[in-house]
Amino acid sequence: MHQSAEPPARSDAALRMALFLLRAGPLLILVLLILVIASVTPLFLTTRNIGNVLAQTAVIAVLSLGQLLVIVTRGIDLSVGSTLALATVAGALVFHSGNSSLVVIPVMLGAGVLVGLVNGLLFVKGRIPHPFIVTLATFTLVRGVALWLSDGRPIQEVPQVVQVIGGDSILGWIPVSTFVVAAVAVAVWLLTTRVVWGRWIYAVGGNPEAARRTAIPVSAILVSVYLFSGLTAGIAGVLTAGRTNAGAPTFGALAELDAIAAVIIGGASFLGGRGKVSQALVGAMMIGVIRNAMNLANLDSFFQLIVLGIVIIVAVESDVLRGYLENRLRLIQATRT
Amino acid sequence: MTQDGSFPMLSVRSGTKRFGGVLALDEVDVDVFAGEVLAVLGDNGAGKSTLIKCMSGVHRLDSGVIVVDGDPVQMHSPSDARALGIETVYQDLALFDNLSPTANFYAGREMAWPRWLPTGMRLLRRRSMSQVTQEVLDRLQVALPDFEAPVGLMSGGQRQAVAVARATAFVSRLVILDEPTAALGVREAARVLDLIRRLRGEGKAVVVISHAMDHVIEVADRALVMRRGRKVGELTPSEDSREQIVSLIVGGEG
Repeated sequence: MHQSAEPPARSDAALRMALFLLRAGPLLILVLLILVIASVTPLFLTTRNIGNVLAQTAVIAVLSLGQLLVIVTRGIDLSVGSTLALATVAGALVFHSGNSSLVVIPVMLGAGVLVGLVNGLLFVKGRIPHPFIVTLATFTLVRGVALWLSDGRPIQEVPQVVQVIGGDSILGWIPVSTFVVAAVAVAVWLLTTRVVWGRWIYAVGGNPEAARRTAIPVSAILVSVYLFSGLTAGIAGVLTAGRTNAGAPTFGALAELDAIAAVIIGGASFLGGRGKVSQALVGAMMIGVIRNAMNLANLDSFFQLIVLGIVIIVAVESDVLRGYLENRLRLIQATRT
Repeated sequence: MTQDGSFPMLSVRSGTKRFGGVLALDEVDVDVFAGEVLAVLGDNGAGKSTLIKCMSGVHRLDSGVIVVDGDPVQMHSPSDARALGIETVYQDLALFDNLSPTANFYAGREMAWPRWLPTGMRLLRRRSMSQVTQEVLDRLQVALPDFEAPVGLMSGGQRQAVAVARATAFVSRLVILDEPTAALGVREAARVLDLIRRLRGEGKAVVVISHAMDHVIEVADRALVMRRGRKVGELTPSEDSREQIVSLIVGGEG
């Protein structure tokens, strides 16, 4: 009963400070990373290279915003990389079969939404025990469909409008895709902070049983996050097809893992209920900056994988540490009130 | 049965509930009045939880009726019970640890606009919700270190207080509390008992399940003792009746 010899007020303040640093950690590390890289390579902070980083990060960023909502509900979506590929193939095929380029983008987004809807319904109605299994199945299934539809080959040329969205730049360096990322980010931010549905997504992630008891439509919420994740895969498909001017069944390989990594590195909790738009974006930028810096430094891509792995471990360990410190804080409060 | 000649706020008449072969509730009659605290006592498996789950819409009675303010009601879900002004604080508190007290208060019944949109698409009235929450917490004298912090960062007593305050904020008739002081320290338990008295003072009916006999004697106006799904006694808890209550619970001579 007399365990705390130290003055509680001080350890309290120290704990709060440590927690603040941990929560701000990913952003601080990103800023630090940028400063270090910029001081080492003058090439890094040139407009051209910044444009490169943004363009390279756009796909991960968009996917991570979809993945964020899924992870907030304690889920995971492994199918987005395959879905991205399917969207590019579907878009290219529709374009080449003589359709107006106006229908190409809706078809690509529609393909994403369709896969997301299937994921959500299989999870909720099919009562498959964990979304990992559902989306593992569609991960391979959808990639198979993309290969089958395209005969396993890339399809060159997509509509001009897709090329502009995915590949063009404004002022010679700001990628158009960055504006797409910004638009999706603002939409998700509004949803999660201002709209009832977004509040419910966090409620379902925080305590699904309590959400059910308070008449929150849990099943519909779950379906909606997978549907939205599918939509982001469709959008990422538009960006990828535009950037490469092609549709290909091999696009987006491992993109789902980048997206998941971005969300986790940014500081969202894999246990659900916690994670913000800004965090997913920071995580995506971190991956983009690390890749770019290692390219500039001419380091082997093997090292990129190693570094990314270490970053993920550090991120998750700091989340564990955060949980531990929060628990300490709670105990201190309990003894004082 | 009436008290002060008034009608009960909620009654269960011949409430019976089976789970497979187990008779969890056997022809139980209960009356709860406005402005009183009714304790439901009994050993584990006596049927207390089943009784309050039937009162809060989680379970449905196999036979018997629930009467609210003189009208028989059908409750198919906890939200039906909530619509009747019955709020429940479950033993696990059913809090969203990742959300602020305000978000917890309003989970599933957010203040939002515009009304012509479907509920889920509406925009949150964040300021109004946090104002009301702050007012309720102030009225109940619940002090929180950080009003915007997620509930998961709060102590057991603070969490319990938030859960009770949430029920209080929306209740118009009856608050049901399942083991509200279990797992709390002495001071924190005292605060929750204080909250219960405040609720009674506001003219609400309160039903409390508790194993803590001291707390029951301190706060309850009436105690109902259950054993094996049946009501075996109903009496006023006091130091004098303590032994009688205990023997009713364990099944000795009343």
